[in-house]
Amino acid sequence: MLIRGDLRLKTTIIVNGEARALDVDPRTTLLDALRERLGLTGTKKGCDHGQCGACTVLVNGVRINSCLSLAVMHEGDAVTTIEGVGSVDKLSAIQQAFLTEDAFQCGYCTPGQICSALGMLQEVADNWPSQETADLTGRIRLSDDELRERMSGNLCRCSAYPQIVAAIKSVAGELA
Amino acid sequence: MRPFTYERALDAASAVRVAAETPGAKFIAGGTNLLDLMKLEIEQPARLIDIGKLPMAAIEDTPEGGLRIGSMATNSHVAADARVRSRYAVLTQAIVAGGSGQLRNKATTGGNLLQRTRCAYFYDTTKPCNKRQPGSGCGALEGLNRNSAIFGASHACIATHPSDMAVALAALDARVETLSPSGKVRAFPIIELHRLPGETPDVETHLIPGELITAVVLPPPPPGGQIYRKVRDRASYSAGLASVAVAGRNVALGAVAHKPWRAVEAEGALESGGSPAEAIAAELKGASDNGRNGFKINLVSRLVPVAIEAARQQGNGA
Amino acid sequence: MSSVSDWEAASNPVKENRAGIIGKAVDRYEGPLKVTGTAPYAYEVQPPSPPAYGAMVSAPIAHGRITAVDTAAAEASPGVLLVWTHRNKPTQGPRPERYDFFTPSPRPALESDRVHFFGQQVAIVVADTLENAQAAAALVKLEFEADPQAVDFRNHYDEAVQPPGESDVEIGDFEAGFAASPVKIDDVWRTPLQNHCQMEPCATTAWWEGDQCTVHTSVQMVRFAQNSLAETLMVPHKNVRLLTRYVGGGFGGKGSFYEDLVLAALAARELGRPVKLAFSRQQMMHGTVHRPATEQRVRLGATADGKLTAMSIMTITHCDRRGNFTEHASNFARSLYAAPNRLTGHRLVRLDLPVASAMRAPGEASGTLGLEVAMDELAEKLGIDPVELRILNEPEVDPENGRPFSIRQLVRCMREGAQLFGWDKRNSVPGQVRDGRWLVGVGMAAAIRGNFLLPAKASFTVDAMGLITVRQGMTDIGTGTYTVLAQIAAETLGVPLGDVRVEIGDSELPPAPGSGGQFGAATAGSAALDAGMNLRQAITEIAVADPASPLFGGPAEQITFQDGVIAIANRSERLSELIRRNRPEGLTAEGEIRPAADSSKWSQHTYGAHYVEVGVDTITGEVRTRRMLGVFAAGRILNWKTARSQLTGGMIWGVGSALTEGNAVDPRYGSLINQDLASYLVPVQADIGDVEAIMLDEVDDKANPMGIKGVGELGISGAGAAVANAIYNACGVRVRDYPITPDKLLAALS
Repeated sequence: MLIRGDLRLKTTIIVNGEARALDVDPRTTLLDALRERLGLTGTKKGCDHGQCGACTVLVNGVRINSCLSLAVMHEGDAVTTIEGVGSVDKLSAIQQAFLTEDAFQCGYCTPGQICSALGMLQEVADNWPSQETADLTGRIRLSDDELRERMSGNLCRCSAYPQIVAAIKSVAGELA
Repeated sequence: MRPFTYERALDAASAVRVAAETPGAKFIAGGTNLLDLMKLEIEQPARLIDIGKLPMAAIEDTPEGGLRIGSMATNSHVAADARVRSRYAVLTQAIVAGGSGQLRNKATTGGNLLQRTRCAYFYDTTKPCNKRQPGSGCGALEGLNRNSAIFGASHACIATHPSDMAVALAALDARVETLSPSGKVRAFPIIELHRLPGETPDVETHLIPGELITAVVLPPPPPGGQIYRKVRDRASYSAGLASVAVAGRNVALGAVAHKPWRAVEAEGALESGGSPAEAIAAELKGASDNGRNGFKINLVSRLVPVAIEAARQQGNGA
Repeated sequence: MSSVSDWEAASNPVKENRAGIIGKAVDRYEGPLKVTGTAPYAYEVQPPSPPAYGAMVSAPIAHGRITAVDTAAAEASPGVLLVWTHRNKPTQGPRPERYDFFTPSPRPALESDRVHFFGQQVAIVVADTLENAQAAAALVKLEFEADPQAVDFRNHYDEAVQPPGESDVEIGDFEAGFAASPVKIDDVWRTPLQNHCQMEPCATTAWWEGDQCTVHTSVQMVRFAQNSLAETLMVPHKNVRLLTRYVGGGFGGKGSFYEDLVLAALAARELGRPVKLAFSRQQMMHGTVHRPATEQRVRLGATADGKLTAMSIMTITHCDRRGNFTEHASNFARSLYAAPNRLTGHRLVRLDLPVASAMRAPGEASGTLGLEVAMDELAEKLGIDPVELRILNEPEVDPENGRPFSIRQLVRCMREGAQLFGWDKRNSVPGQVRDGRWLVGVGMAAAIRGNFLLPAKASFTVDAMGLITVRQGMTDIGTGTYTVLAQIAAETLGVPLGDVRVEIGDSELPPAPGSGGQFGAATAGSAALDAGMNLRQAITEIAVADPASPLFGGPAEQITFQDGVIAIANRSERLSELIRRNRPEGLTAEGEIRPAADSSKWSQHTYGAHYVEVGVDTITGEVRTRRMLGVFAAGRILNWKTARSQLTGGMIWGVGSALTEGNAVDPRYGSLINQDLASYLVPVQADIGDVEAIMLDEVDDKANPMGIKGVGELGISGAGAAVANAIYNACGVRVRDYPITPDKLLAALS
């Protein structure tokens, strides 16, 4: 048995806690649905091919590249974008840390960096290993090298990398 | 992207049936490779069957003492599984050497095996490529082919398979379980999943149309140490120049062939008492290059003995 | 016109820094918008009505012409509103014979049937949705006829010419001096073509209201793009308003503009509907600009005790067939080291390649990768420490023109860097330090980058709330413009930072040249300071003439501005009260900066020293940077935080240049092999170890009224050379063909 749709498909996605009904072309990526249909332009398009991380969002709490996913594949999923992380009037701790540490310059990769960091910290809390994890069976400690490896899916051409490490470290304790 | 019909499969049996009846139908699960290629119109499926929500993501113990990894299990979940980490460390190491955290969270076990080459001439649709457009020629053969294959290539194609995970699975003697449109379930060694390019590099696996990978089954871990080493231009988030998986006496190589390359010559040499250096030298007798990828022969000859020694030390220590 | 001595003599609020806002590590002004994703970049601006979406088609050949066009399938594709090729494109202003950086001129899109480079935009489709536009773009059928092409740089050295208007610079007799030198270095370094890879692809949202065109786009230079667009559209300049409030990275690659701007504006006019158009990541690689490859022959001659007697850098580089851009990789050397016999120059090969242009520190970024390694090689040959060799050859005055340096603290940068880094612990014999699988080495290099000042204007307005608004047609491409303008305004008018608003990135605002060449802060900031001073003057005149003000009667010259209060002696009132009484609608003053007439009397640069530690895996040829330290002297620092970020960012670009970044032309096709971010490897987080940038106390009073200089391009200059020198120290191998990838290193190690 199959659910099928042709040129348009109705899909409901829970975006930042709110059910959003979409009637979309199945070709529409989650990224374009957010940006062009829902007006949530905080999520950025840097490469559209999963090669830069600027489009990172959390889906059911897990970070993914929203450019490499179709909106229709996310029926019922809970999506958190940068707009759901905090607002200008109420910056979340990690947003404040990025501001304080100057963890961005042009700002285009920043929402993706922040969403990625939130997902990454949860992965560490869940004791997921990385390439930097020497002892696969022990408890993971978020060393600088672990953090750098885990954030390597987010390019920053301004190269605010050291500042990004500082920002994430400054909140890792309270969020992880 | 070309228009397509999107359908979400609620059970595997109907998914394979529908896929088989439609030429140009494709399964999609994670989508991290397929959508990348569809945007470039390298893939143009008329019908997309979303199998991502099928209940095939479990990782279960087998009665033989191995593990059965559902094909929908994400790369991240497989790498993080406690049983994989403690008994199949090479698999965890290989998975976390590939892509990024975001990609591994989306990519599935089945999709990882079926990802297509990263060859630049395959990706640039203005170039000849026998894999993308049979009969058009191979742009890489006399091109900037630094990333190309040194084992098993043909005059029609010198592309490599990009998976890290598959290299570890090859070293672990994993088997692939599939479901055919006829309803038939079959299982075969992973090393028989992918083909060498030969005259038909567009045909990359031995799967029949509509056949769906449902699981990867790991036998009990081989005795001895395990290690995965990947060499690349940048420290993370990039394709390998070469990689090696060692699991006990088994050795497999990555980024050097059209498929995960089980180094049987090297294994044979080790079996008959050869040193690691002699073993890889035996393997490399079958290697050939196309110019710019010649360094891979040197690289593999240096990398593999070190990995074998490291795995041995680990095995002795354990 | 002002003179340098005026600047030196005059005090001003930035120099006095009474509130201490100048230099402070202030958070970015626009930062809260950026960390919340609410700063709208060009493609994200909400147009007045729903937009249509464009997608472009790129040429698959390097040189030739379009011989057949079939757009029927594309036009019949769902949702398609418009398909244009050269055959049916709207009339546009004619292209000048050659473009230059600062002169606006028409840039017609889809100009003719001629294809000048692979990836040139040859068609556009506009449709109701992005998905429909992209699908239809793939259905545009074009046929091409290829002409003979010249695309392989190294095969065309014989066609190299002297760049127009230039000549080689020789001091003394280089050949004789070199021949007579007892110790010599004579080697060739190669740097590859590089791509900017800004995270935000070029993008435009355009709409028309009557004959007025509004475009939001992503460029570094506001007025240049706005004038050029108007001339392309063949409308008066005033009919085009161009906004570029947030720019997702520029690095020189958005110094000009591309077809997205022109075609979005044209299509929006044609359709009577807003149009959004962006480059794909793949289109960015060919369709914008790049840093061209170089080959540099570096020759150094020295006495046995380490005095340079002869120095030459001759660079061959390339640009597009219709261009003039020259990667001046030899120029920086003219001011760096003393040597009596000197020869520097460039040769340019025109090729059927995409357009070459400026990329972060054009010249220095490439050139330091040669000379600063050659100095390391010379130091080793002489048995002299690389730091000491450089100090031995420190010039008293500019070695080419004899001009005094405005200020030069290169030696101090090197000495302080050496101390902080622990340079004295370096083992000068390569291959001696091991850490697990890594051989560890350290290296250093000097940094130099010119300093510039261009004409600019700005305006300051104070309103009845006492809020100050800075307005300037300037850009912030991640450089910190918003923030430093706010700091200058707050310090100049004596108000808290929170009482300053900054409006930039709009062609309606007083013009400034934009961001590039690390001239942004000095240029825009100096104009802003002047506007602030003029506003102070205007406020003062009103206050002393207002009987209702406690300041009535003056003396005007004793007025102070502090904490939002104006005062003369012990008489004071809030600035807002004065304005509310006298100018409830607000009070505006304009200001400007022009280069000083006599500024060329001094040789003026920013300086630095890089120290790097790397690990080299001698089995695999992999290199990882472990720690980097840069010590820099760049005039007064306006904002410690944003300046440091620019410097560390530049240093990391140096790592990319040394280790991972580069593109190559397939000579059969004239196309680049790396067409996306999976294959063109900019550094990732894991490539970068600890990085620190230190800024020395410095004021360069001859630079501009504030004594500041730029830092955006200084950090990359020399950084890659320090990495290469560290690799040598680690493993004893020199690779002179960048980037130093595992294959090249292995070949040398084997």
